[in-house]
Amino acid sequence: MSILLECSRLTKRFGKREVLKQIDLRLESGHIIGFLGPNGSGKTTMIKIMNGLLTPTEGEIRFCGGSIGAESKKYISYLPDQTYLNMNQKVKDVIGFFKDFYEDFEEARAYDMLEKLKISPDEQLKTLSKGTKEKVQLILAMSRKARLYILDEPIAGVDPAARDFILNTILTNYDPQASILLATHLIADIENILDEVVFIKDGKIVRHSSVDDIRIKEGKSVDAYFREVFKC
Amino acid sequence: MPWNLDSDRPIFMQILERIRVDIISGRYQPGDKLPSVRELAAEAAVNPNTMQRAFAELERTGLVHSKRTSGRFITEDREMIETLKVDIAKEKIQLFLDSMEQLGYDKEQILALMSQTLDGKGEQ
Repeated sequence: MSILLECSRLTKRFGKREVLKQIDLRLESGHIIGFLGPNGSGKTTMIKIMNGLLTPTEGEIRFCGGSIGAESKKYISYLPDQTYLNMNQKVKDVIGFFKDFYEDFEEARAYDMLEKLKISPDEQLKTLSKGTKEKVQLILAMSRKARLYILDEPIAGVDPAARDFILNTILTNYDPQASILLATHLIADIENILDEVVFIKDGKIVRHSSVDDIRIKEGKSVDAYFREVFKC
Repeated sequence: MPWNLDSDRPIFMQILERIRVDIISGRYQPGDKLPSVRELAAEAAVNPNTMQRAFAELERTGLVHSKRTSGRFITEDREMIETLKVDIAKEKIQLFLDSMEQLGYDKEQILALMSQTLDGKGEQ
């Protein structure tokens, strides 16, 4: 077990608005971590900082002891909440693109998952349904042999049957030394595959513990506990 | 098929109970090899660390033991399995008695109703 990612007193301001407030967070290897918080709590901002798309206003963030940049991107596989792919490309072209881009991309793994989800590599991205596009992007992210996978809302638009398949894909495909950070609102669906959860509220980490600890201490599911903590 | 797990109780405890029942019911025979953490976690659709925790607990109680490189095996101590069976039966009976008490039945009434049902006289 080693520390993958560490933030200390991380703060992000957009103008006068403070979006992340003095965040201390430490993610270890070998875990599937739920990153949970309501809309506007700072999840995506935090994730963007982890991927070098935003820089912190104050504080520090380290990945495997180094700073965030070209080096960390080699080892972090990121599934953004919005697509950045060229919709005119075919599925197989995007796979080629990823193969060129990332040394750790495993083409065979991607094709295998496409086949299992019955997605044709010859299809153009723009002709795919919203859910199928999401599946393709998740396949791309999960086909890398990364140390940390950061998945921002990976299952939101996917039907329940495909959701089960995707969760199974996540469970069976990831290397036990790697970690997955999964940001989502659909807690009940993914609760069983998580072992840790991080709750973020108004830009602060309000809880970081194991799923079973929450169940033991609170006597309820993480989903029910989330509804209580973030009650509107 | 993912295992059917309650949402409000610790996941590792439910996994533990399920494997125990599988041992008692003979689905796993004494001396049988258990699937790996990874295999069983994928089958149950739970986190491998959670499965690991359940396995560790099974090992702690002696119901399962691990051999260095070859994996985890069910105990061959049939007496231990039999004791566990009785313990679980007692737990279930206690739960049943508690719910009958809630309905307002006393000991004699419960016994009478039980034997009636067992004899088939309780059926309409």
